[in-house]
Amino acid sequence: MTAMQKLLQLPVNAVNMVKTVQSQVQGQEEDKSPVLTPDSGQQAWYSALQPDELRHLRSGGTGGGGGGDQEERAPLEEGGGGGGGGFQTQPLRHDDLKEMLDSNKDSLKLEAMKRIVAMIARGKNASDLFPAVVKNVACKNIEVKKLVYVYLVRYAEEQQDLALLSISTFQRGLKDPNQLIRASALRVLSSIRVTIIVPIMMLAIKEAASDMSPYVRKTAAHAIPKLYSLDPEQKDQLIEVIEKLLADKTTLVAGSVVMAFEEVCPERIDLIHKNYRKLCNLLIDVEEWGQVVIINMLTRYARTQFLNPNINESLLEEGGSGDKTFYGSDEDEDEDEEEKEKKAEAAAMAKRKPYVMDPDHRLLLRNTKPLLQSRNAAVVMAVAQLYFHLAPKAEVGVIAKALVRLLRSHSEVQYVVLQNVATMSIKRRGMFEPYLKSFYIRSTDPTQIKVLKLEVLTNLANETNISTILREFQTYIKSMDKDFVAATIQAIGRCATNISEVRDTCLNGLVQLLSNRDELVVAESVVVIKKLLQMQPEKHSDIIKHMAKLTDNIQVPMARASILWLIGEYCEHVPKIAPDVLRKMAKSFTNEEDIVKLQIINLAAKLYLTNSKQTKLLTQYVLNLAKYDQNYDIRDRARFIRQLIVPTEKSGALSKYAKKLFLALKPAPVLESPFKDRDHFQLGSLSHLLNAKAGGYQELPDWPEAAPDPSVRNVEVPEWTKCSSREKRKEKKVEKPFYTDSEGESGPTESADSESDSASGSESSSGSEESGSGSESEESKEASESEEEEEEEEEEQKKKKKKDLKKPVQESESEQSSEEEERKHQRKSKPRKSESESESDEDEESESESSQSESEDSESEAEVKKKKKTAESKPPPKPLKKESKKEKKEMSLLDLDDFEPAPSPQVTPVNTFLSNSLVTDLEGLSLSDSVLSPATIAPSSALKSYELLHRITGEGLSVEYCFSRQPFSPDANMVAVQMQFTNSASSDTKNLHIEDVKLQSGMRVKEFPEIELLPAGETATAVMGIDFCDSTQAANFQLCTHTRKFFVSIQPPVGELMRPVFLTENEFKKEQGQLMGMNEITEKLTLDVKCRNEHAIVQRVTTAANLSRVPCGSDKECSPPVPPPDYPVHRFAGRTVTSGSLVLVTVATKEEGAAQLTVNCEKMVIGTMLVKDILQALTQ
Amino acid sequence: MIHSLFLINASGDIFLEKHWKSVVSRSVCDYFFEAQERATEPENVPPVIPTPHHYLISVLRHHIYFVAVIQSEVPPLFVIEFLHRVVDTFQDYFGVCTEAAIKDNVVVVYELLEEMLDNGFPLATESNILKELIKPPTILRTMVNTITGSTNVGEQLPTGQLSVVPWRRTGVKYTNNEAYFDVVEEIDAIIDKSGSTITAEIQGVIDACVKLTGMPDLTLSFMNPRLLDDVSFHPCVRFKRWEAERILSFIPPDGNFRLLSYHVSSQNLVAIPVYVKHNITFREGSSQGRFDLTLGPKQTMGKAVESVLVSSQLPRGVLNANLNPSQGTYTFDPVTKLLTWDVGKINPQKLPSLKGTMSLQAGASKPDENPTINIQFKIQQMAISGLKVNRLDMYGEKYKPFKGIKYMTKAGKFQVRT
Repeated sequence: MTAMQKLLQLPVNAVNMVKTVQSQVQGQEEDKSPVLTPDSGQQAWYSALQPDELRHLRSGGTGGGGGGDQEERAPLEEGGGGGGGGFQTQPLRHDDLKEMLDSNKDSLKLEAMKRIVAMIARGKNASDLFPAVVKNVACKNIEVKKLVYVYLVRYAEEQQDLALLSISTFQRGLKDPNQLIRASALRVLSSIRVTIIVPIMMLAIKEAASDMSPYVRKTAAHAIPKLYSLDPEQKDQLIEVIEKLLADKTTLVAGSVVMAFEEVCPERIDLIHKNYRKLCNLLIDVEEWGQVVIINMLTRYARTQFLNPNINESLLEEGGSGDKTFYGSDEDEDEDEEEKEKKAEAAAMAKRKPYVMDPDHRLLLRNTKPLLQSRNAAVVMAVAQLYFHLAPKAEVGVIAKALVRLLRSHSEVQYVVLQNVATMSIKRRGMFEPYLKSFYIRSTDPTQIKVLKLEVLTNLANETNISTILREFQTYIKSMDKDFVAATIQAIGRCATNISEVRDTCLNGLVQLLSNRDELVVAESVVVIKKLLQMQPEKHSDIIKHMAKLTDNIQVPMARASILWLIGEYCEHVPKIAPDVLRKMAKSFTNEEDIVKLQIINLAAKLYLTNSKQTKLLTQYVLNLAKYDQNYDIRDRARFIRQLIVPTEKSGALSKYAKKLFLALKPAPVLESPFKDRDHFQLGSLSHLLNAKAGGYQELPDWPEAAPDPSVRNVEVPEWTKCSSREKRKEKKVEKPFYTDSEGESGPTESADSESDSASGSESSSGSEESGSGSESEESKEASESEEEEEEEEEEQKKKKKKDLKKPVQESESEQSSEEEERKHQRKSKPRKSESESESDEDEESESESSQSESEDSESEAEVKKKKKTAESKPPPKPLKKESKKEKKEMSLLDLDDFEPAPSPQVTPVNTFLSNSLVTDLEGLSLSDSVLSPATIAPSSALKSYELLHRITGEGLSVEYCFSRQPFSPDANMVAVQMQFTNSASSDTKNLHIEDVKLQSGMRVKEFPEIELLPAGETATAVMGIDFCDSTQAANFQLCTHTRKFFVSIQPPVGELMRPVFLTENEFKKEQGQLMGMNEITEKLTLDVKCRNEHAIVQRVTTAANLSRVPCGSDKECSPPVPPPDYPVHRFAGRTVTSGSLVLVTVATKEEGAAQLTVNCEKMVIGTMLVKDILQALTQ
Repeated sequence: MIHSLFLINASGDIFLEKHWKSVVSRSVCDYFFEAQERATEPENVPPVIPTPHHYLISVLRHHIYFVAVIQSEVPPLFVIEFLHRVVDTFQDYFGVCTEAAIKDNVVVVYELLEEMLDNGFPLATESNILKELIKPPTILRTMVNTITGSTNVGEQLPTGQLSVVPWRRTGVKYTNNEAYFDVVEEIDAIIDKSGSTITAEIQGVIDACVKLTGMPDLTLSFMNPRLLDDVSFHPCVRFKRWEAERILSFIPPDGNFRLLSYHVSSQNLVAIPVYVKHNITFREGSSQGRFDLTLGPKQTMGKAVESVLVSSQLPRGVLNANLNPSQGTYTFDPVTKLLTWDVGKINPQKLPSLKGTMSLQAGASKPDENPTINIQFKIQQMAISGLKVNRLDMYGEKYKPFKGIKYMTKAGKFQVRT
């Protein structure tokens, strides 16, 4: 027990002693912690409040910062009115409460605490009991303890130094073995708003953030905003904790930490990148309140990171924008034109670059959709706004049903939902049209709900449903709720202005309402009719006459004013009545409301200008009356008008234009929904509801012009998790070997990120797919090392197939995989047999392997081709083939041995050269025993080279580069770029190297080794590796010589971002089946005349993209040979270099050169770009 | 998030306050009272009221305003939904949620509020967790407590908060293992003057009372799951399974809970089980009005329509009504002008009717509006949408539970315009 604890057991006096001791301490620290001193403490606490509340508080005397003597303060409290009348007796009662608290009996303590809590609940002041209560913080009885906590949290702020006495109890609690006790200790500790314990809190939060128990971590997340509000200076440290907790993988923590994030650092959107996918995937299991916070945050995030999915739609919409221009009416034509221009630009842009949704964007939409079924209205609303703001237009519709369902809930929920529906229904009317009837109004609805429903109904009205809506409005007009009737009349007016077909009907209906007995109804009708008449006054002089008669009866000022304005404005239509009305009005002028008076003056002026003979005197009279009016506005107006209309010598040039001024054509008013343009606020937010920015509102950002780098969301998986996940996969693999061809055996490589990337991406998809694609990506990553084996295995597999033809595919493959496993074990030991082997050695080894596998790849392709052909021509030359295989295997072994001692990375170019030669060797080999055309092995032969540096700009140095399509040995995830330097200058060039590499995030570059000397007239080759991160963004860098620096950039064609993989037709079809929907892009084309044979197609495709041909009909080997189809289908397969996503290309030819190109790729951007490239290659 | 909560009764007294962050003076409620004065009806107080420095979000339930004070941007539905959850919890704990009940149990209320929010952010709103933390007061326990001095606070730690199924208590034991499911459907309809249906939709819920030992895993399947295309679930329901197989699979919470609610929208055809023949007329110049109302069953599939209650808000001009019911009793409140007629059961052989005259204010012109008629009724053993439970299976536990299913159709907001 600490000293503090002992003190806790002492009676009040002792506590007071402690206080004096502490106040001494305070004295020293006064400067540092001003809050502890009584005065400033109070100040700090008051400043958070508003003046009006402050006044209240001061009189309430809710307590000083501390150190105050109880006796001294008691009278002050009594005087205050804060607690109400019961205060006179309170000192007495408080004494007995104190006595009870000091007693030994728990039951007495409990009773006392209950009474105290009841006092707090009623808002009475119980702060003077603080010392007596705080002693019981260590009480054994749980309920007493809990109530003491309640008290403590309520009053600690006012009794800071006394509250400190309790801190040690909580500090002890933080170390408790039970997680729940740790959590509750942290909770109370962080709720005590005492500035001096900020460091303690900080420490406790940090510790709890790395606690074993997720519940404690959750509590830590809750504590973060508390500490932040207490001391905003801690922000930086707190952000660190938030960052840490954001990485937490449990659903328990996710909601709370995002809440903390939103309170402390909502601007640090960068913290979300790495956790984005995880949050999306966890979302459905997070508790409902957390879901709301996360979804709102992700909406904002997505707005900054993805492209607008409606870029293309917005153009279409503009074409037939029935719903848009509908409300916009004709006035903003200029604006429209501008918009159109903008849209045209956008259209041009969109045409250049078809929109493809980022898979992460899709992930978010997919994972939030089920939450529309939540029982929690807030969650449904959050998802609805997310869809409204983020989803492609075609998909937004799903939210309508859920929102309509919410309308059955409590009226407050209805109120909020209807507000949001009203905003949405302006932008997306079609969405709610099927639910029109759900917005019909019941007589039992509260008025505010009725008005909102009317708003929605009005927004939904169009030519087709207007008749039903108007019939419905007819019944509403008879309602007893007059406010509602008035709103209905306005709604009718709006329908009439918006839909010209029903304007006359509406007008007639409204005119009938003019004879309604209720004055409010009549008045409202008048106002609306006035607006409608402005649109076509000449037709309706009888209505104006009718309204003129109403002036005798209607008393509502607004209506009177409207009638007068109408008569004045259209006095030429009612030349006889107008002067008479003015006469009546002049009589009652003095008794009218201000607004009516102004209109009378207006009317007089207008009549004077048009019909001065009859009205001259009347006008004079009115103006004279107005001159002496009480209201200065009216006096001013009278003076102004007199000068204008009555010509005198003094009157200026303006009076000439009086007629133009008064009788100018006025545009008809536009009746707009009050909900127009509200959607610039995030829907569902408080700001949207109030149509004003609320404090702490985070603006919903506009879509970015170009998508930021998506690779920031790739996650680097720590090694241990990766291993475990790999183990899991292995298990899975045993169950379902079908999906996996090879299993990686290498340790974690640099490309870990890519793995987790694709893995997490596929997690959300169905379970079986998950295991499949997960291992796929892994496979691809290891491909460089294991491809060789793969090939071998495949061959073996084929042999096996030949052996037992009837064996089902699956079985054979599972066998294969088990074999594979064995192999792996063997191999695993191989490369790591001697630790002395240097890394470069290993590099070399793998490189040579891979380059070789490459060649084998093409070789096997050739072979397969051959097989097909042989299958066609019936007698299969089996023995021959086997022989060739053997030969090949021997060769590869031999090669391995050859390259193993290769010493330095300097050899790279040479190496590729060698492997190239190997390819030709093998080509020759396979050629020797097959009738295959050589063009199928195109990839290595037809390399297109690009200019990096022109001879002239390079002052004699010219550089060309080509994508060598060889695996880049130091890093399998890089694309090898072979550069050829030619020095055509007269002098030598020295020290050729790369500097100042500028890359998009995620991209990496492995520079080529410095070329020390390039003599004049010589040529040198070097290979560099670039990891383009599966994007076609350029890598910019400086090429330096000993004298000059040249800025250059390399931009890869999309076809170079992949490497070929070998798939059988069956596998191909299977993979293709998994990459349907969004991942599939199909394009019809007409083949170029020169490229209608198989050979040409294959060559052009393989030139455009680094893919390998999928042997056609190879799967039919086990079945009896089938005659080839009339129009062959060509298939190609590859994987992207960085992430290893599968790229599948199908060219299905049809008659007369028609063909269909299909590209399946998980990365939709790559897919679309590839389609374009191949299309171009095939059609030109 | 939520700063403070004030509870205000119908007469405008703040009878409870609770602060989760620093104290907000109760004078902030003045803005609320202002808005309340402006609103003609209690339910017309806007749910969100902006004040210069705070925002007040309120809900009205059981004639008590629950006013939450917030200071910065927060989704209003978030707060509203939470407040309703608070009310539900109170109701669950005390049986009723009245001012008296809250005042009587102020300590429990305070403890609950303390647990439900932490720093203004919801912490534990699941009733099962709360019940582990704070035991609901029962008469027996209150008596025992007063004698022995023991407490309402749970002795053991709330482990539910930690588990993957936070909605279920651990270590549940029952001697009789039972699971009851009530399929309750409410018809919301607006019927035209001429008797044609303007709009009708069905709002259904499946409420469950599950008292099963251990950790049972239940599956519930329907004969016609296609009906349920707009559903919201209790969090315990496995969504994926529903999507794939249209089977409800869940580990149920202990005790009463709402398993799912569904909505059969107005696009589908809804059978209307009753019809109304009405003739309510006011004659110009006369101080008399005629009132004639007859009810009859329609499309009830042979089931009896019970507990019928008709209510109508008569126009303000009506002074009194002198009516004659063929069955049941009627009352007319001359102050609120509310006419209610408790019909009881509809006998198809002898249709219930209410006939008579209304006396109007002398000299006043005839009211131009006709009253709408609200009808409430119940039909046992029938779900009007035709939803039928196929079977209920239990996995994970050995014993054989008793299973029960009940269907009921009620009138929701059922209005007839005249």
